[in-house]
Amino acid sequence: MSPAWGSSALAGSGPLHTVLRSATKEVVIGSDQRFCVIGERINPTGRKTFQAQLREGDLSAIERDVEAQVAGGADVLDVNMGVPLTDEADLLVRAIQVVQARTDLPVCIDSSVVEALEAGLEAYQGRALVNSVTAEDERLEAILPLVKKHDAAVIALPNDADEIPMESGKRLELVEKIVRVATQEYGIALQDIVIDPLAMPIGADSTVGITTLETVAGVHERWGLNMTCGASNVSFGMPGRHAINAAWLPLAMAAGMTSAIMDARTAEVVDAVRAADLLLGHDEWGMSWIGTHRARQAAAAT
Amino acid sequence: MTPDEILQGLYDRTLVGNGPGVLELTHQALGMDMEPQVLLFDALIPALEEVGARFERGDFFVPEMLIAGKAMAGSMEVLRPLLADTGVQTVGTFLMGTVKGDVHDIGKNLVNIMLEGAGFEVIDLGVQVAPEKFVAAIEEHQPDVVGFSAFLTTTMPMFKANMNALEKAGIRDEVIVMVGGAPVTQEYADAVGADGYAADASATVKKAKALLADRRARTGAGVLA
Repeated sequence: MSPAWGSSALAGSGPLHTVLRSATKEVVIGSDQRFCVIGERINPTGRKTFQAQLREGDLSAIERDVEAQVAGGADVLDVNMGVPLTDEADLLVRAIQVVQARTDLPVCIDSSVVEALEAGLEAYQGRALVNSVTAEDERLEAILPLVKKHDAAVIALPNDADEIPMESGKRLELVEKIVRVATQEYGIALQDIVIDPLAMPIGADSTVGITTLETVAGVHERWGLNMTCGASNVSFGMPGRHAINAAWLPLAMAAGMTSAIMDARTAEVVDAVRAADLLLGHDEWGMSWIGTHRARQAAAAT
Repeated sequence: MTPDEILQGLYDRTLVGNGPGVLELTHQALGMDMEPQVLLFDALIPALEEVGARFERGDFFVPEMLIAGKAMAGSMEVLRPLLADTGVQTVGTFLMGTVKGDVHDIGKNLVNIMLEGAGFEVIDLGVQVAPEKFVAAIEEHQPDVVGFSAFLTTTMPMFKANMNALEKAGIRDEVIVMVGGAPVTQEYADAVGADGYAADASATVKKAKALLADRRARTGAGVLA
Protein backbone atom coordinates (compact mmCIF):
# COMPACT_ATOMS: atom_id res chain seq x y z
CA MET A 1 0.00 0.00 0.00
CA SER A 2 1.50 3.32 -0.94
CA PRO A 3 0.56 6.38 1.06
CA ALA A 4 -1.73 9.15 -0.11
CA TRP A 5 1.09 11.66 -0.19
CA GLY A 6 2.83 9.48 -2.78
CA SER A 7 2.36 10.17 -6.46
CA SER A 8 -0.97 9.33 -8.03
CA ALA A 9 -1.53 8.69 -11.71
CA LEU A 10 -2.80 12.23 -12.04
CA ALA A 11 -0.23 13.98 -9.91
CA GLY A 12 0.94 16.03 -12.88
CA SER A 13 -2.44 17.69 -13.34
CA GLY A 14 -3.04 18.30 -9.64
CA PRO A 15 -5.52 16.70 -7.25
CA LEU A 16 -9.11 16.22 -8.41
CA HIS A 17 -11.55 18.60 -6.76
CA THR A 18 -15.14 17.56 -6.17
CA VAL A 19 -17.03 20.84 -5.84
CA LEU A 20 -20.33 20.83 -3.92
CA ARG A 21 -22.53 23.86 -3.41
CA SER A 22 -25.60 25.03 -1.59
CA ALA A 23 -27.27 28.23 -2.79
CA THR A 24 -24.57 30.27 -1.06
CA LYS A 25 -21.72 28.04 0.09
CA GLU A 26 -19.08 25.97 -1.71
CA VAL A 27 -17.27 22.93 -0.28
CA VAL A 28 -14.34 21.28 -2.05
CA ILE A 29 -13.37 17.64 -1.53
CA GLY A 30 -9.79 16.84 -2.53
CA SER A 31 -6.59 15.17 -1.39
CA ASP A 32 -5.04 18.61 -0.82
CA GLN A 33 -8.04 19.79 1.24
CA ARG A 34 -9.14 19.33 4.81
CA PHE A 35 -11.07 16.08 5.18
CA CYS A 36 -14.73 16.53 4.30
CA VAL A 37 -17.03 15.52 7.16
CA ILE A 38 -20.43 14.48 5.81
CA GLY A 39 -22.87 14.44 8.73
CA GLU A 40 -24.78 11.14 8.70
CA ARG A 41 -27.48 11.70 11.27
CA ILE A 42 -30.41 12.84 9.12
CA ASN A 43 -31.39 9.22 8.55
CA PRO A 44 -34.32 7.33 10.09
CA THR A 45 -32.79 3.83 9.74
CA GLY A 46 -32.97 2.17 13.15
CA ARG A 47 -34.66 5.21 14.77
CA LYS A 48 -38.18 4.16 15.66
CA THR A 49 -39.47 7.46 17.03
CA PHE A 50 -38.06 9.44 14.12
CA GLN A 51 -39.66 7.00 11.66
CA ALA A 52 -43.04 7.35 13.32
CA GLN A 53 -42.75 11.15 13.24
CA LEU A 54 -41.83 11.13 9.56
CA ARG A 55 -44.76 8.86 8.77
CA GLU A 56 -46.99 11.46 10.42
CA GLY A 57 -45.35 14.18 8.33
CA ASP A 58 -43.54 15.65 11.34
CA LEU A 59 -40.07 16.73 10.18
CA SER A 60 -39.16 18.75 13.27
CA ALA A 61 -36.54 16.24 14.45
CA ILE A 62 -34.54 17.08 11.33
CA GLU A 63 -34.07 20.63 12.54
CA ARG A 64 -32.44 19.40 15.74
CA ASP A 65 -30.28 16.95 13.81
CA VAL A 66 -29.11 19.67 11.44
CA GLU A 67 -28.17 21.91 14.34
CA ALA A 68 -26.24 19.15 16.09
CA GLN A 69 -24.32 18.13 12.96
CA VAL A 70 -23.46 21.73 12.12
CA ALA A 71 -22.35 22.41 15.70
CA GLY A 72 -20.19 19.27 15.55
CA GLY A 73 -18.34 20.58 12.51
CA ALA A 74 -20.00 18.86 9.55
CA ASP A 75 -18.98 20.21 6.12
CA VAL A 76 -21.81 18.53 4.19
CA LEU A 77 -25.06 16.94 5.41
CA ASP A 78 -26.26 13.53 4.23
CA VAL A 79 -30.06 13.43 3.96
CA ASN A 80 -31.73 10.01 3.88
CA MET A 81 -35.48 9.51 4.23
CA GLY A 82 -35.63 5.75 3.77
CA VAL A 83 -38.79 5.11 5.78
CA PRO A 84 -40.67 1.98 4.75
CA LEU A 85 -44.28 2.43 3.60
CA THR A 86 -43.98 6.13 2.83
CA ASP A 87 -43.62 8.23 -0.30
CA GLU A 88 -39.85 8.49 -0.01
CA ALA A 89 -39.53 10.96 -2.89
CA ASP A 90 -41.98 13.37 -1.26
CA LEU A 91 -40.37 13.04 2.17
CA LEU A 92 -36.88 13.54 0.75
CA VAL A 93 -37.93 16.72 -1.06
CA ARG A 94 -39.46 18.14 2.11
CA ALA A 95 -36.44 17.12 4.19
CA ILE A 96 -34.07 18.82 1.75
CA GLN A 97 -36.16 21.98 1.97
CA VAL A 98 -36.06 21.88 5.77
CA VAL A 99 -32.29 21.33 5.75
CA GLN A 100 -31.66 24.12 3.23
CA ALA A 101 -33.79 26.51 5.26
CA ARG A 102 -31.69 25.79 8.36
CA THR A 103 -28.15 25.67 7.01
CA ASP A 104 -26.03 26.73 4.06
CA LEU A 105 -24.05 23.46 4.04
CA PRO A 106 -24.27 21.47 0.80
CA VAL A 107 -26.30 18.26 0.87
CA CYS A 108 -25.57 14.65 0.02
CA ILE A 109 -28.86 13.24 -1.32
CA ASP A 110 -29.04 9.67 -0.03
CA SER A 111 -31.51 7.12 -1.36
CA SER A 112 -31.57 3.78 -3.12
CA VAL A 113 -34.86 4.80 -4.77
CA VAL A 114 -34.18 6.36 -8.17
CA GLU A 115 -37.41 8.42 -8.14
CA ALA A 116 -36.46 9.86 -4.75
CA LEU A 117 -33.00 10.83 -6.00
CA GLU A 118 -34.58 12.49 -9.02
CA ALA A 119 -37.11 14.44 -6.95
CA GLY A 120 -34.40 15.39 -4.46
CA LEU A 121 -32.13 16.70 -7.22
CA GLU A 122 -35.02 18.73 -8.68
CA ALA A 123 -35.71 20.33 -5.32
CA TYR A 124 -32.13 20.94 -4.26
CA GLN A 125 -30.67 24.44 -4.57
CA GLY A 126 -27.03 24.06 -5.54
CA ARG A 127 -24.66 21.29 -6.62
CA ALA A 128 -25.42 18.09 -4.73
CA LEU A 129 -23.59 14.85 -4.03
CA VAL A 130 -25.73 11.84 -4.97
CA ASN A 131 -25.54 8.80 -2.67
CA SER A 132 -25.24 6.44 -4.50
CA VAL A 133 -24.72 4.29 -7.54
CA THR A 134 -23.15 0.81 -7.76
CA ALA A 135 -21.37 -0.98 -10.61
CA GLU A 136 -24.65 -2.73 -11.54
CA ASP A 137 -25.63 -1.89 -15.14
CA GLU A 138 -29.23 -1.19 -14.15
CA ARG A 139 -28.20 1.30 -11.45
CA LEU A 140 -25.61 3.03 -13.65
CA GLU A 141 -28.20 3.44 -16.42
CA ALA A 142 -30.82 4.84 -14.07
CA ILE A 143 -28.73 7.17 -11.91
CA LEU A 144 -25.87 8.53 -14.03
CA PRO A 145 -28.17 10.43 -16.44
CA LEU A 146 -29.71 12.18 -13.42
CA VAL A 147 -26.28 13.10 -12.10
CA LYS A 148 -25.31 14.51 -15.49
CA LYS A 149 -28.61 16.34 -16.01
CA HIS A 150 -28.43 18.09 -12.65
CA ASP A 151 -24.67 18.71 -12.80
CA ALA A 152 -24.16 16.82 -9.54
CA ALA A 153 -21.38 14.62 -8.19
CA VAL A 154 -21.97 10.98 -7.35
CA ILE A 155 -20.80 8.42 -4.80
CA ALA A 156 -20.14 5.04 -6.44
CA LEU A 157 -19.78 1.69 -4.69
CA PRO A 158 -17.72 -1.11 -6.28
CA ASN A 159 -20.23 -3.90 -5.86
CA ASP A 160 -22.20 -5.50 -8.68
CA ALA A 161 -25.30 -7.63 -8.98
CA ASP A 162 -23.41 -10.77 -7.95
CA GLU A 163 -21.58 -9.77 -4.82
CA ILE A 164 -19.80 -7.34 -2.56
CA PRO A 165 -16.25 -8.38 -3.53
CA MET A 166 -14.04 -9.29 -0.60
CA GLU A 167 -10.76 -8.76 -2.51
CA SER A 168 -9.44 -5.32 -3.36
CA GLY A 169 -8.48 -6.45 -6.89
CA LYS A 170 -12.11 -7.20 -7.76
CA ARG A 171 -13.25 -3.93 -6.21
CA LEU A 172 -10.72 -2.05 -8.33
CA GLU A 173 -12.02 -3.81 -11.46
CA LEU A 174 -15.49 -2.53 -10.62
CA VAL A 175 -14.14 0.98 -9.98
CA GLU A 176 -12.58 0.80 -13.44
CA LYS A 177 -15.96 -0.13 -14.91
CA ILE A 178 -17.72 2.69 -13.06
CA VAL A 179 -15.13 5.23 -14.20
CA ARG A 180 -15.31 4.02 -17.81
CA VAL A 181 -19.10 4.06 -17.98
CA ALA A 182 -19.52 7.36 -16.13
CA THR A 183 -16.89 9.28 -18.11
CA GLN A 184 -17.26 7.71 -21.57
CA GLU A 185 -20.98 6.93 -21.75
CA TYR A 186 -22.41 9.73 -19.63
CA GLY A 187 -19.78 12.45 -19.88
CA ILE A 188 -19.37 12.77 -16.13
CA ALA A 189 -16.04 14.33 -15.11
CA LEU A 190 -13.56 12.29 -13.07
CA GLN A 191 -13.68 14.81 -10.25
CA ASP A 192 -17.42 14.25 -9.89
CA ILE A 193 -16.99 10.53 -9.16
CA VAL A 194 -16.49 9.83 -5.46
CA ILE A 195 -15.69 6.19 -4.72
CA ASP A 196 -16.96 4.46 -1.59
CA PRO A 197 -14.47 1.59 -1.24
CA LEU A 198 -16.90 -0.31 1.06
CA ALA A 199 -15.92 -0.09 4.72
CA MET A 200 -17.25 -3.27 6.33
CA PRO A 201 -17.66 -4.34 9.98
CA ILE A 202 -14.30 -5.49 11.35
CA GLY A 203 -16.17 -7.48 14.00
CA ALA A 204 -17.57 -9.82 11.36
CA ASP A 205 -14.25 -10.47 9.60
CA SER A 206 -10.79 -9.39 10.75
CA THR A 207 -9.49 -8.97 7.18
CA VAL A 208 -11.96 -6.35 5.90
CA GLY A 209 -10.03 -3.35 7.18
CA ILE A 210 -6.95 -4.20 5.12
CA THR A 211 -9.09 -5.02 2.05
CA THR A 212 -10.69 -1.59 2.18
CA LEU A 213 -7.39 0.20 2.82
CA GLU A 214 -5.85 -1.59 -0.19
CA THR A 215 -8.83 -0.49 -2.27
CA VAL A 216 -8.42 3.11 -1.09
CA ALA A 217 -4.72 3.10 -1.94
CA GLY A 218 -5.42 1.50 -5.34
CA VAL A 219 -8.08 4.05 -6.27
CA HIS A 220 -5.83 6.89 -5.17
CA GLU A 221 -2.84 5.63 -7.17
CA ARG A 222 -4.65 4.73 -10.37
CA TRP A 223 -7.22 7.48 -10.72
CA GLY A 224 -6.63 9.97 -7.91
CA LEU A 225 -10.37 9.96 -7.32
CA ASN A 226 -11.96 11.37 -4.21
CA MET A 227 -13.37 8.79 -1.80
CA THR A 228 -15.83 8.54 1.04
CA CYS A 229 -17.12 5.78 3.30
CA GLY A 230 -19.74 5.06 5.92
CA ALA A 231 -17.27 5.40 8.80
CA SER A 232 -19.51 3.93 11.51
CA ASN A 233 -19.87 0.65 9.61
CA VAL A 234 -16.39 -0.48 10.61
CA SER A 235 -17.23 -0.68 14.32
CA PHE A 236 -20.63 -2.41 14.03
CA GLY A 237 -21.11 -5.05 16.71
CA MET A 238 -18.07 -3.96 18.75
CA PRO A 239 -17.68 -2.19 22.08
CA GLY A 240 -15.89 1.18 22.10
CA ARG A 241 -17.20 2.10 18.68
CA HIS A 242 -16.07 5.73 18.77
CA ALA A 243 -12.45 4.75 19.43
CA ILE A 244 -12.51 2.29 16.51
CA ASN A 245 -14.00 4.90 14.18
CA ALA A 246 -11.44 7.42 15.41
CA ALA A 247 -8.60 5.02 14.54
CA TRP A 248 -10.13 3.99 11.22
CA LEU A 249 -10.46 7.40 9.64
CA PRO A 250 -6.83 8.55 10.01
CA LEU A 251 -5.71 5.17 8.61
CA ALA A 252 -8.04 5.62 5.65
CA MET A 253 -6.94 9.24 5.22
CA ALA A 254 -3.29 8.20 5.04
CA ALA A 255 -4.24 5.78 2.25
CA GLY A 256 -6.17 8.44 0.29
CA MET A 257 -9.69 8.74 1.72
CA THR A 258 -10.86 12.34 1.36
CA SER A 259 -14.27 12.36 3.08
CA ALA A 260 -16.53 10.22 5.23
CA ILE A 261 -20.19 9.95 6.08
CA MET A 262 -19.99 10.03 9.86
CA ASP A 263 -21.68 11.31 12.99
CA ALA A 264 -20.34 14.84 13.45
CA ARG A 265 -21.76 14.93 17.00
CA THR A 266 -19.02 12.61 18.22
CA ALA A 267 -16.13 14.90 19.15
CA GLU A 268 -13.75 11.96 19.63
CA VAL A 269 -14.08 10.99 15.96
CA VAL A 270 -14.16 14.51 14.55
CA ASP A 271 -11.07 15.41 16.60
CA ALA A 272 -9.22 12.36 15.23
CA VAL A 273 -10.00 13.52 11.69
CA ARG A 274 -8.90 17.09 12.35
CA ALA A 275 -5.68 15.92 14.04
CA ALA A 276 -4.98 13.72 10.99
CA ASP A 277 -5.61 16.76 8.75
CA LEU A 278 -2.97 18.61 10.74
CA LEU A 279 -0.49 15.72 10.55
CA LEU A 280 -1.03 15.22 6.82
CA GLY A 281 -0.30 18.89 6.17
CA HIS A 282 -3.85 20.01 5.42
CA ASP A 283 -4.06 22.52 8.27
CA GLU A 284 -1.32 25.07 7.74
CA TRP A 285 0.46 25.98 10.96
CA GLY A 286 -2.33 24.18 12.79
CA MET A 287 -4.45 27.32 12.70
CA SER A 288 -7.72 25.41 12.43
CA TRP A 289 -6.72 23.01 15.23
CA ILE A 290 -5.68 25.87 17.49
CA GLY A 291 -8.81 27.84 16.61
CA THR A 292 -11.02 24.93 17.64
CA HIS A 293 -9.13 24.64 20.92
CA ARG A 294 -9.64 28.36 21.61
CA ALA A 295 -13.32 28.26 20.75
CA ARG A 296 -13.80 25.39 23.20
CA GLN A 297 -11.87 27.24 25.90
CA ALA A 298 -14.07 30.26 25.37
CA ALA A 299 -17.24 28.15 25.43
CA ALA A 300 -16.10 26.45 28.66
CA ALA A 301 -15.35 29.79 30.29
CA THR A 302 -18.85 31.20 29.74
CA MET B 1 -12.72 -37.12 32.33
CA THR B 2 -16.21 -38.07 33.41
CA PRO B 3 -19.10 -37.53 30.99
CA ASP B 4 -20.22 -34.57 33.10
CA GLU B 5 -16.77 -33.03 32.88
CA ILE B 6 -16.81 -33.53 29.11
CA LEU B 7 -20.17 -31.77 28.82
CA GLN B 8 -19.01 -28.93 31.04
CA GLY B 9 -15.79 -28.63 29.01
CA LEU B 10 -17.72 -28.61 25.73
CA TYR B 11 -20.01 -25.91 27.05
CA ASP B 12 -17.14 -23.77 28.36
CA ARG B 13 -15.04 -24.11 25.21
CA THR B 14 -17.99 -23.41 22.89
CA LEU B 15 -18.89 -20.33 24.91
CA VAL B 16 -15.42 -18.83 24.38
CA GLY B 17 -15.18 -19.98 20.76
CA ASN B 18 -12.32 -22.45 21.24
CA GLY B 19 -12.89 -24.44 18.04
CA PRO B 20 -9.99 -26.92 18.30
CA GLY B 21 -10.83 -27.54 21.96
CA VAL B 22 -14.47 -28.24 21.16
CA LEU B 23 -13.51 -30.64 18.38
CA GLU B 24 -11.06 -32.48 20.64
CA LEU B 25 -13.69 -32.98 23.35
CA THR B 26 -16.27 -34.05 20.75
CA HIS B 27 -14.01 -36.87 19.60
CA GLN B 28 -13.12 -37.76 23.17
CA ALA B 29 -16.81 -37.94 24.09
CA LEU B 30 -17.67 -40.15 21.13
CA GLY B 31 -14.70 -42.37 22.02
CA MET B 32 -16.36 -42.82 25.42
CA ASP B 33 -19.60 -43.80 23.65
CA MET B 34 -21.46 -40.68 24.76
CA GLU B 35 -24.61 -40.07 22.71
CA PRO B 36 -24.27 -37.36 20.03
CA GLN B 37 -27.68 -35.89 20.94
CA VAL B 38 -26.51 -35.49 24.54
CA LEU B 39 -23.53 -33.46 23.36
CA LEU B 40 -25.83 -31.36 21.22
CA PHE B 41 -28.68 -30.74 23.63
CA ASP B 42 -26.75 -30.69 26.92
CA ALA B 43 -23.66 -28.76 25.90
CA LEU B 44 -23.57 -27.12 22.48
CA ILE B 45 -27.08 -25.65 22.31
CA PRO B 46 -27.02 -24.40 25.93
CA ALA B 47 -23.65 -22.73 25.20
CA LEU B 48 -25.03 -20.88 22.18
CA GLU B 49 -28.14 -19.94 24.17
CA GLU B 50 -25.85 -18.35 26.73
CA VAL B 51 -23.98 -16.57 23.91
CA GLY B 52 -27.32 -15.16 22.70
CA ALA B 53 -28.30 -14.09 26.21
CA ARG B 54 -24.98 -12.36 26.78
CA PHE B 55 -25.23 -10.67 23.38
CA GLU B 56 -28.68 -9.35 24.24
CA ARG B 57 -27.38 -7.98 27.54
CA GLY B 58 -24.52 -6.26 25.75
CA ASP B 59 -21.92 -8.46 27.48
CA PHE B 60 -20.95 -10.29 24.27
CA PHE B 61 -20.06 -8.80 20.90
CA VAL B 62 -20.36 -9.85 17.27
CA PRO B 63 -16.92 -11.53 16.95
CA GLU B 64 -17.59 -13.62 20.08
CA MET B 65 -20.91 -14.72 18.62
CA LEU B 66 -19.16 -15.66 15.38
CA ILE B 67 -16.36 -17.71 16.93
CA ALA B 68 -18.75 -19.52 19.28
CA GLY B 69 -20.92 -20.36 16.27
CA LYS B 70 -17.89 -21.58 14.35
CA ALA B 71 -16.74 -23.71 17.29
CA MET B 72 -20.15 -25.36 17.45
CA ALA B 73 -20.24 -25.80 13.67
CA GLY B 74 -16.94 -27.70 13.81
CA SER B 75 -18.40 -30.13 16.31
CA MET B 76 -21.64 -30.41 14.33
CA GLU B 77 -19.73 -31.56 11.25
CA VAL B 78 -18.73 -34.62 13.25
CA LEU B 79 -22.08 -35.05 15.00
CA ARG B 80 -24.49 -34.43 12.11
CA PRO B 81 -24.07 -37.80 10.34
CA LEU B 82 -24.33 -39.59 13.68
CA LEU B 83 -27.44 -37.64 14.64
CA ALA B 84 -28.99 -38.52 11.30
CA ASP B 85 -28.29 -42.20 11.99
CA THR B 86 -29.98 -42.06 15.38
CA GLY B 87 -33.03 -40.37 13.83
CA VAL B 88 -32.89 -37.44 16.26
CA GLN B 89 -35.00 -34.59 14.95
CA THR B 90 -33.55 -31.12 14.69
CA VAL B 91 -35.36 -28.19 16.29
CA GLY B 92 -36.54 -27.28 12.80
CA THR B 93 -35.39 -26.48 9.31
CA PHE B 94 -34.81 -22.84 8.39
CA LEU B 95 -34.44 -21.82 4.76
CA MET B 96 -32.66 -18.49 4.44
CA GLY B 97 -31.80 -16.08 1.65
CA THR B 98 -31.13 -12.44 0.77
CA VAL B 99 -33.78 -11.26 -1.68
CA LYS B 100 -33.28 -10.60 -5.39
CA GLY B 101 -31.50 -7.33 -6.12
CA ASP B 102 -29.63 -7.40 -2.83
CA VAL B 103 -26.09 -8.71 -2.23
CA HIS B 104 -25.77 -7.95 1.49
CA ASP B 105 -25.12 -10.97 3.67
CA ILE B 106 -23.31 -10.05 6.89
CA GLY B 107 -26.49 -9.81 8.96
CA LYS B 108 -28.01 -12.89 7.35
CA ASN B 109 -24.88 -14.91 8.13
CA LEU B 110 -24.99 -13.87 11.78
CA VAL B 111 -28.61 -14.98 11.98
CA ASN B 112 -27.68 -18.34 10.39
CA ILE B 113 -25.01 -18.92 13.02
CA MET B 114 -27.38 -18.27 15.88
CA LEU B 115 -30.07 -20.45 14.32
CA GLU B 116 -27.62 -23.32 13.92
CA GLY B 117 -26.50 -22.67 17.46
CA ALA B 118 -30.07 -23.18 18.60
CA GLY B 119 -30.25 -26.52 16.83
CA PHE B 120 -31.93 -25.49 13.60
CA GLU B 121 -30.86 -27.03 10.34
CA VAL B 122 -30.14 -23.98 8.20
CA ILE B 123 -30.24 -24.08 4.41
CA ASP B 124 -28.71 -20.87 3.09
CA LEU B 125 -29.58 -19.94 -0.50
CA GLY B 126 -27.10 -17.03 -0.43
CA VAL B 127 -27.76 -13.59 -1.93
CA GLN B 128 -29.80 -12.42 -4.93
CA VAL B 129 -32.39 -15.16 -4.39
CA ALA B 130 -35.28 -14.79 -6.85
CA PRO B 131 -38.87 -15.60 -5.77
CA GLU B 132 -38.99 -18.71 -7.98
CA LYS B 133 -35.78 -19.95 -6.37
CA PHE B 134 -37.34 -19.60 -2.90
CA VAL B 135 -40.39 -21.50 -4.14
CA ALA B 136 -38.29 -24.31 -5.64
CA ALA B 137 -36.18 -24.60 -2.48
CA ILE B 138 -39.26 -24.70 -0.24
CA GLU B 139 -40.71 -27.48 -2.37
CA GLU B 140 -37.43 -29.36 -2.29
CA HIS B 141 -36.47 -29.00 1.39
CA GLN B 142 -39.89 -28.47 3.01
CA PRO B 143 -38.51 -26.18 5.71
CA ASP B 144 -40.44 -25.17 8.81
CA VAL B 145 -39.45 -21.54 8.40
CA VAL B 146 -38.28 -19.43 5.47
CA GLY B 147 -36.40 -16.17 6.09
CA PHE B 148 -36.17 -13.27 3.63
CA SER B 149 -33.37 -10.79 4.27
CA ALA B 150 -33.08 -7.30 2.72
CA PHE B 151 -30.67 -4.48 3.49
CA LEU B 152 -32.06 -1.76 1.21
CA THR B 153 -35.36 0.09 1.11
CA THR B 154 -35.39 -0.66 -2.63
CA THR B 155 -35.09 -4.42 -2.17
CA MET B 156 -37.57 -4.73 0.73
CA PRO B 157 -40.50 -4.81 -1.74
CA MET B 158 -39.15 -8.22 -2.82
CA PHE B 159 -40.67 -9.57 0.41
CA LYS B 160 -44.09 -8.99 -1.08
CA ALA B 161 -43.00 -10.44 -4.44
CA ASN B 162 -41.77 -13.54 -2.61
CA MET B 163 -45.04 -13.81 -0.67
CA ASN B 164 -46.97 -13.58 -3.92
CA ALA B 165 -44.83 -16.31 -5.47
CA LEU B 166 -45.48 -18.55 -2.45
CA GLU B 167 -49.22 -17.87 -2.70
CA LYS B 168 -49.20 -18.62 -6.39
CA ALA B 169 -47.34 -21.89 -5.87
CA GLY B 170 -49.92 -22.80 -3.22
CA ILE B 171 -47.31 -23.24 -0.48
CA ARG B 172 -47.83 -20.07 1.56
CA ASP B 173 -49.47 -21.89 4.45
CA GLU B 174 -46.97 -24.72 4.49
CA VAL B 175 -44.19 -22.58 5.85
CA ILE B 176 -43.65 -19.88 8.47
CA VAL B 177 -42.32 -16.71 6.84
CA MET B 178 -39.91 -14.41 8.67
CA VAL B 179 -38.39 -11.19 7.35
CA GLY B 180 -35.49 -9.06 8.55
CA GLY B 181 -32.70 -6.64 7.68
CA ALA B 182 -31.48 -3.19 8.72
CA PRO B 183 -34.35 -1.06 7.33
CA VAL B 184 -37.12 -3.61 8.09
CA THR B 185 -39.66 -2.88 10.81
CA GLN B 186 -42.49 -4.83 12.47
CA GLU B 187 -44.97 -2.61 10.61
CA TYR B 188 -43.37 -3.50 7.30
CA ALA B 189 -43.37 -7.20 8.16
CA ASP B 190 -47.08 -6.95 8.96
CA ALA B 191 -47.77 -5.04 5.77
CA VAL B 192 -46.26 -7.73 3.56
CA GLY B 193 -48.06 -10.47 5.48
CA ALA B 194 -45.03 -12.12 7.07
CA ASP B 195 -45.54 -14.29 10.15
CA GLY B 196 -42.63 -12.82 12.03
CA TYR B 197 -39.94 -10.18 12.24
CA ALA B 198 -36.93 -9.84 14.51
CA ALA B 199 -34.43 -7.03 14.88
CA ASP B 200 -31.28 -9.09 15.42
CA ALA B 201 -29.81 -12.59 15.30
CA SER B 202 -30.61 -13.52 18.86
CA ALA B 203 -34.18 -12.24 18.63
CA THR B 204 -34.67 -14.18 15.38
CA VAL B 205 -33.92 -17.45 17.16
CA LYS B 206 -36.45 -16.70 19.89
CA LYS B 207 -39.08 -15.62 17.42
CA ALA B 208 -38.54 -18.62 15.13
CA LYS B 209 -38.82 -21.02 18.07
CA ALA B 210 -41.95 -19.30 19.35
CA LEU B 211 -43.62 -19.33 15.93
CA LEU B 212 -42.68 -22.98 15.45
CA ALA B 213 -43.97 -24.01 18.89
CA ASP B 214 -47.18 -22.13 18.20
CA ARG B 215 -47.66 -23.84 14.85
CA ARG B 216 -46.85 -27.30 16.23
CA ALA B 217 -49.28 -26.75 19.12
CA ARG B 218 -52.00 -25.86 16.62
CA THR B 219 -51.25 -28.74 14.28
CA GLY B 220 -50.80 -31.17 17.15
CA ALA B 221 -47.24 -32.12 16.23
CA GLY B 222 -44.67 -32.70 18.95
CA VAL B 223 -42.57 -29.79 20.08
CA LEU B 224 -38.84 -30.21 20.45
CA ALA B 225 -36.51 -28.02 22.48
